[in-house]
Amino acid sequence: MKERIRIAAGQGFWGDLPDAPVRQVEGGPIDYLMLDYLAEVTMSIMQKQKARDPNAGYARDFVPLMKQIMPACVDRNIKVVANAGGVNVEGCAAAVREVAREIGLSGKLKIGIATGDDILDRIDELITRGVELRNMDTEEPLSTVRDRIQSANAYLGAAPIVEALSKGAQVVITGRATDTGLTLGPMIHEFDWAADDWDKLAAGTIAGHIIECGAQCSGGNCQYEWQSIPDLANVGFPIAEAAPDGTFVITKHEGTGGRVNVPSVKEQLLYEMGDPHEYITPDCVADFTTIQLADAGADRVRVFGIKGRPATDSLKVSISYSSGFKAVGTLVYAWPDAYEKAKAADRILRARLDRLGLKFEHMLTEFVGANATHGPLAGEPSRDVAEVQLRVGVRGNDRKGIERFTKEIAPLILTGPPAVTGFAGGRPKVEEIVAYWPALIPKSEIQSRVAILEV
Amino acid sequence: MKIRLTRLAHARSGDKGDTANVGLIALREEFYPLLMREVTAERVKKHFTGICQGEVERFELPNLGALNFLLHESLGGGGTLSLMTDAQGKTFSTALLRMEIEISDDESRSLALL
Repeated sequence: MKERIRIAAGQGFWGDLPDAPVRQVEGGPIDYLMLDYLAEVTMSIMQKQKARDPNAGYARDFVPLMKQIMPACVDRNIKVVANAGGVNVEGCAAAVREVAREIGLSGKLKIGIATGDDILDRIDELITRGVELRNMDTEEPLSTVRDRIQSANAYLGAAPIVEALSKGAQVVITGRATDTGLTLGPMIHEFDWAADDWDKLAAGTIAGHIIECGAQCSGGNCQYEWQSIPDLANVGFPIAEAAPDGTFVITKHEGTGGRVNVPSVKEQLLYEMGDPHEYITPDCVADFTTIQLADAGADRVRVFGIKGRPATDSLKVSISYSSGFKAVGTLVYAWPDAYEKAKAADRILRARLDRLGLKFEHMLTEFVGANATHGPLAGEPSRDVAEVQLRVGVRGNDRKGIERFTKEIAPLILTGPPAVTGFAGGRPKVEEIVAYWPALIPKSEIQSRVAILEV
Repeated sequence: MKIRLTRLAHARSGDKGDTANVGLIALREEFYPLLMREVTAERVKKHFTGICQGEVERFELPNLGALNFLLHESLGGGGTLSLMTDAQGKTFSTALLRMEIEISDDESRSLALL
């Protein structure tokens, strides 16, 4: 058994720094590269792409990335674990196999595929059998939005990743696997952790939580002494250096920018945190109130003491459904009295919308530069403020009404308060809203499947 | 004397649906008891008047010198439904740090805050 393994995070979300995974592979020794591509609404975007093209529906950037880094990964036995498969894991794996063959890697690696998360085709059957998939926030049963569902995926944990690794996969591609499972999986595989060793499973889960947002634990978006964080232009993405006993060190490659210290890790630990006593994943329940952190030298933080509890009997399901339309229009008003002008423009706009008889489910006016982020806490802006952006958003089910709204913004330039600009982008776009429906499903309903592709 | 939380803590915030979470972390270990005492769920609810429409829950993480607040019904529906610039509550962190708390001169001297 290895004494320690280094798991590097290369993407905090689909669209994160494109070079980050390459720099993780080239910047120093690592054993695993972990790539998290899937945010909550990503699955619905991928489902739409697949409906248009049966070969699509996964994180397409993953394929050229693999083409670039696979030779080095094969040479140095770096394993890649990514939830890049989206709603077409097989298609993604086939595309990776094709580029691997193109660059002469035939016979040199295996690709592991973990599926079983996609339950879109099973929704009716599940509802009929009484699996209601109630919304975890509103308690409503899923049947209320049945005809508008666009994607439905259960979150798989570390188990299928471990299985793929144990079958010799160099690259493991999953669909909707948890972000934390991508990091925990390699640890279970390397260290043979038992399925009920809850403290260690919780430790690996928390390591995953710390690195799953990429550089957000290594100096990015860090409030603590942010002015002095060096060279963010060259920010190092995090690496979890894990030991068999469940302790680990968070660090980054030497010579990179950013900073890993106790405050930067604390900030990330608290990111998107609910009840810290129970951080529930498919693999275990981790207790964040047991985490101990210690400074272990420059850009090194040691994490230890973590306790966990048995996993629950259910899996979270991420369902996306169509929920009307929205549009946001903006205009910029300049000094003097920029805020007063923007407020006057908003009154005029609302009066015109009233006269048109337009009603929206929700309408929101914000004044960027005055109160868009901190609302009333920001207080009254100075009369001398250089400019204020008027930002008006509307939402509703009637697409025509939203479209009509978008035609009322530009006219304000010639028919409203003076010293106004900022309409170069043209009429606001009407966007279809794909909303998120979190639910729980009994674990017994979901069977993950692992397949191995020889390149 | 009044003191702003910017001098006592750093913070990070995020979202889960229509709920914003704000993690408030003591800048120095000895500030944590002060945060525990003064930055209650009630105070935070009042601080976010006009922003947070629901309940505020507070969780304690003494091991990290941190408090975690959940601000329910704060993000205009949350996720893709929200029309807000900050639909994901990412700037709620510094919004909380605007809060001022009252401490005695003795206490501020003993914490070297004067």
